[in-house]
Amino acid sequence: MKLITAIIRPFKLDDVRDALTQAGVTGITVTEVKGYGRQKGHTELYRGAEYVVDFVPKIKLETAVPDARVDVVIDAIVESARTDKVGDGKIFVTPLDHTVRIRTGEIGDDAL
Amino acid sequence: MKTRLPLGAAFAVLCLIPMLAFGADAPAPVPNKGDTAWMLMCTALVLLMSVPALALFYGGLVRSKNMLSVLMQVFVVFSLISVLWCVYGYSFAFTEGNPFFGGTGRIFLSGIGDPFKNEWAFGATFSKATPMYEIVFVAFQATFAAITCCLILGSIVERIKFSAVLIFMVIWFTFSYLPIAHMVWFWAGPDAYTDASKVDAVNATAGYIWQMGALDFAGGTVVHINAGVAGLIGAFLVGKRLGYGKEVIRPHSLTMTMIGASLLWFGWFGFNAGSALEANASASLAFLNTYLATACAVLAWTFAEWIIKGKPSMLGAASGAVAGLVAITPAAGNVGIPGAFVIGIVAGLVCLWGVSGLKKLLKADDSLDVFGVHAVGGITGALLTGIFNAPSLGGPGSVQDWVAGTQGYPGIVAQLWIQTKAVGITIVWTAVVAFIAYKIADLLVGLRVTDEQEREGLDINSHGESAYDY
Repeated sequence: MKLITAIIRPFKLDDVRDALTQAGVTGITVTEVKGYGRQKGHTELYRGAEYVVDFVPKIKLETAVPDARVDVVIDAIVESARTDKVGDGKIFVTPLDHTVRIRTGEIGDDAL
Repeated sequence: MKTRLPLGAAFAVLCLIPMLAFGADAPAPVPNKGDTAWMLMCTALVLLMSVPALALFYGGLVRSKNMLSVLMQVFVVFSLISVLWCVYGYSFAFTEGNPFFGGTGRIFLSGIGDPFKNEWAFGATFSKATPMYEIVFVAFQATFAAITCCLILGSIVERIKFSAVLIFMVIWFTFSYLPIAHMVWFWAGPDAYTDASKVDAVNATAGYIWQMGALDFAGGTVVHINAGVAGLIGAFLVGKRLGYGKEVIRPHSLTMTMIGASLLWFGWFGFNAGSALEANASASLAFLNTYLATACAVLAWTFAEWIIKGKPSMLGAASGAVAGLVAITPAAGNVGIPGAFVIGIVAGLVCLWGVSGLKKLLKADDSLDVFGVHAVGGITGALLTGIFNAPSLGGPGSVQDWVAGTQGYPGIVAQLWIQTKAVGITIVWTAVVAFIAYKIADLLVGLRVTDEQEREGLDINSHGESAYDY
């Protein structure tokens, strides 16, 4: 099992969700986050005061998938979240030791 | 003898009620019901300008951790000054005393009327034989005194101690607001001018700045310059907010700031048009000028900001509206439509400079730009009032002879010089009083909360509550 964590543009969330559903993903967790990478922040001007805002709003999307489906899911996210401009985000894949479905007590791939 | 149209004063004679007057040969004039209804509505509109309008306008501009502290400061200062107004403020501002300070005749509003006998004191308006209930004038002017004090808060929010606010306000209200209001607005009213031999004696009872012939329809000097300068002094004495100029200190809700600015615009019709004291042509002119100049200032600020800074901002448009409202205040019924166009546009541009270029020069953390908008806009409006009052520029001029009631105009240079002196006196007076008032508050309780409390926010530390649950 792998935990796939994707940082994407907020307005791409609906497209990504559709693509993941097509790719057979049945559940995702979404968080509104702020951060920065290669994409520069922006400046905000309040009357005379100018501020550089380094942290850009992004969506962090997490989903756990069986090893066999990792590539399919990654492709789905990449295809649907891409705009070809700096700031499209990143995907991190981490090994997942254990999963439990709370309602039934199922574990491992069965719980995904 | 020169005079103006601004707020009149009240005192006049305690007259008999209408019913008792019926039998007389020449019935004494009584307040007009339409005027009374209009002035009561205007009073409520000016109250709306403080709570909630100014509170929301200011509150949206601070960080969320200080939201309630701003709302509380405005709410409580408004109430405090309103009470003091009825205790002694009205008497010292609007009864006869010397040219700088009124008398004690209306302490606790004594003699304002007898509800049981239904006998009421009448105050003067700007028309002969057109009295108003003095009690209405008391209420109307109470809201002016209270909002003026609330305006100052914008310079010192986010670090001032609540107790220091209250101490400062009592002192500043008593020794700056009241004398300036008396100097600019107190006069005996048109009915006192019965024949030419009495003119000098009646003039001598008026306020010092009124006697000079200064024009201030609704409070360019009394309200905006007065408060704006006191705010700047506060910004210097209270000091900068922690992290000012280094950390990001952003408005937490420009949505509320926009709602506040819009309600200010709405309420300002009561402030300016109500200052005619009658529901008449002067009020109508003040109404349209208030409407038009504000719209002009919104456009001027917005397009200037767009050109200079690259983007037209909501905060800029809201600030432009307030700048226009401030600048048209002394002018409202004292200029014609051409004056409203020019004053609005100039105010939008000058105040944009007031909150950017000038602010950098001053190096003070005037947090919500009370000086940059209210003092700068007030000075702009007060001076331009002197110019656009000219009949040759579409203005109404002012009454030069109250015995005959004839309009005139002393000339642009002469009127502008009078306006300049009025502005200068106000700036110096309020600056000195504000300085002393802050120093006394500092000695008694200290001006600032601790650094720790400021970091965590005034809502929790000064008031024990949070604005938002998230």
